[in-house]
Amino acid sequence: MMGDYNSMELMIVVAARTLLNGSSVVVGTGAPCAAAMLAQRTHAPDLVIIFEAGGIAPRLRSAPLSVGDSRTFYKAVQATSMNTVMDACCRGCIDYTFLGGAQIDPYGNLNSTCIGDWARPKVRFPGSGGANDLASLCRHTIVMTSHTRSRFVETPDFVTTPGYLSGKGAREAAGLPPGTGPYCVITDLAVIGYDECLCRMRVLSIHQGHTREQVIENTGFEMLFAEQIGETSPPTKEELRILRDEVDPSGVIIGR
Amino acid sequence: MTEKGEDRLAKRRRGSGALFVEPDVEKARAHFGKKGLVSRNKLMSVSAAVSRFVHDGDYLASGGFGTNRIATAPLHEIVRQGRKNLGLAGHTMTHDFQILCAGECISRCDVAYIVGLEARGLSANARRLVEAGRIELCEWTNAALAWRFRAAAMGVSFIPTRIMLGTDTFDHSAAIEIACPFTGQTYAALPALYPDVALIHVHSATPSGDAIIEGLTVADIELAQASKHVIISAEEIVPEEEMRMRPHRVTIPSVFVDAVVEVPFGSYPGNMPYRYFSDEEHLNDWLQAEKDPETFKRFLDTYIYSCRDFYGYLARCGGIDRIVELRRREYMI
Repeated sequence: MMGDYNSMELMIVVAARTLLNGSSVVVGTGAPCAAAMLAQRTHAPDLVIIFEAGGIAPRLRSAPLSVGDSRTFYKAVQATSMNTVMDACCRGCIDYTFLGGAQIDPYGNLNSTCIGDWARPKVRFPGSGGANDLASLCRHTIVMTSHTRSRFVETPDFVTTPGYLSGKGAREAAGLPPGTGPYCVITDLAVIGYDECLCRMRVLSIHQGHTREQVIENTGFEMLFAEQIGETSPPTKEELRILRDEVDPSGVIIGR
Repeated sequence: MTEKGEDRLAKRRRGSGALFVEPDVEKARAHFGKKGLVSRNKLMSVSAAVSRFVHDGDYLASGGFGTNRIATAPLHEIVRQGRKNLGLAGHTMTHDFQILCAGECISRCDVAYIVGLEARGLSANARRLVEAGRIELCEWTNAALAWRFRAAAMGVSFIPTRIMLGTDTFDHSAAIEIACPFTGQTYAALPALYPDVALIHVHSATPSGDAIIEGLTVADIELAQASKHVIISAEEIVPEEEMRMRPHRVTIPSVFVDAVVEVPFGSYPGNMPYRYFSDEEHLNDWLQAEKDPETFKRFLDTYIYSCRDFYGYLARCGGIDRIVELRRREYMI
């Protein structure tokens, strides 16, 4: 039984806490943007938020609907080009990025391309967009997603976006920049990191009111568990107030 | 480099996707040499611009990002004039992709982002076409297509990048792995992309095509340089002399432009930064209408085929009253 917050609010608070002050993050719309905005209003006032279409460090008043809309460069440092942003990612400037996908595997590889055979798919999704670029080039990839068996799969139908690929050393062998890769996965059940040697998902904490069994039941592959698993620190009153009153007053993202 | 890495390079890993546009720099040079740098008056109607510069089989690119700053009028006209068998740079395409799928105009597409409208959902009609195999696809990414335009803009046949490596996206692209001749580092070599025609909607342009984009330029500067023909769709036309007083503000110079069309509110139902917000209700109407093919046919008759031009369409969508409402929404930020 959760406190007076819902699982989306918990996920956003946890995500916000992972963003160090003075770091930079490329975000999309929705929950990741809310997390970045919350981080700025709490422990990370110097967090630099960037949108892949070219908005650099806007003063976000409300979450944008689209990664390219006017809100993404409101009172920004610069409204520039996608090339400028992607160049900066490749040049090593960007610390974090948030990504999602229809499927994710134990190594954090993501699928946003198709379900079924690529040539005649059962469902065609949009494709990489900026996901592959950001996962390839930013230092830490964070995924926020619901925890279901259909999403957490052993083998995605298509690897759109690189996690740790086939395991330790695989990214470097493929030619991806060293020091980049999946950082954590934040779900409505748990906070998950990656085992240093195996580069596979490893649960770090489980949310209040949920169990290890639930995590296993909702994961379609063998999930590792840290030796010491704690309960995820719940949101503070102040974090919730800022999230509800300032970051997402319309409740569109947090579902209120 | 590990043994595995060396083996892979020895095999010169390459994507199996089709190369829709040959990175032929000499052919491009010949084209740009013949086209020249021309600054004369290029103002014409939307129908004339599409008639002259968009042909069956051409490879098309659409600027802006998603539903932000899109050239809706030429896109509708391409559908109205029944263009077929187009190639397409599917770079950050949402409603523009929907329009071209509605006209069944596309036979092949380089995919960075298609079919979806970001948080709004997936286009049922676009999905139908793609899932039925009616459009030949080649997988890329947002940065891949932006950098492919950059290679073409530079007049070179490829650009080395650090993206796509190790994934199925690479395997279904037309990229090739190479080793840096200086350091030996693995790169994904991406072929230059020279679209036959680009459609770019801007805030203001002179009759010769000197154009200003306010807000994000996305990949449009490179796109305007890379494309063999450029159609500028402008919210307003301004005098040449006024633009010449501020040449440092010009985003796309007239000398790269082939046609200029004046289309106030021309990004509707998309967002136009600093001018008007997107019409989310109308975009949702599209998504709903697409669910049933018969309903969608009638919807397209109403909003594209029976409209004499883009203003006929705007009038159907609520005209000036609607634009004023959308302007209020944009200014609230």
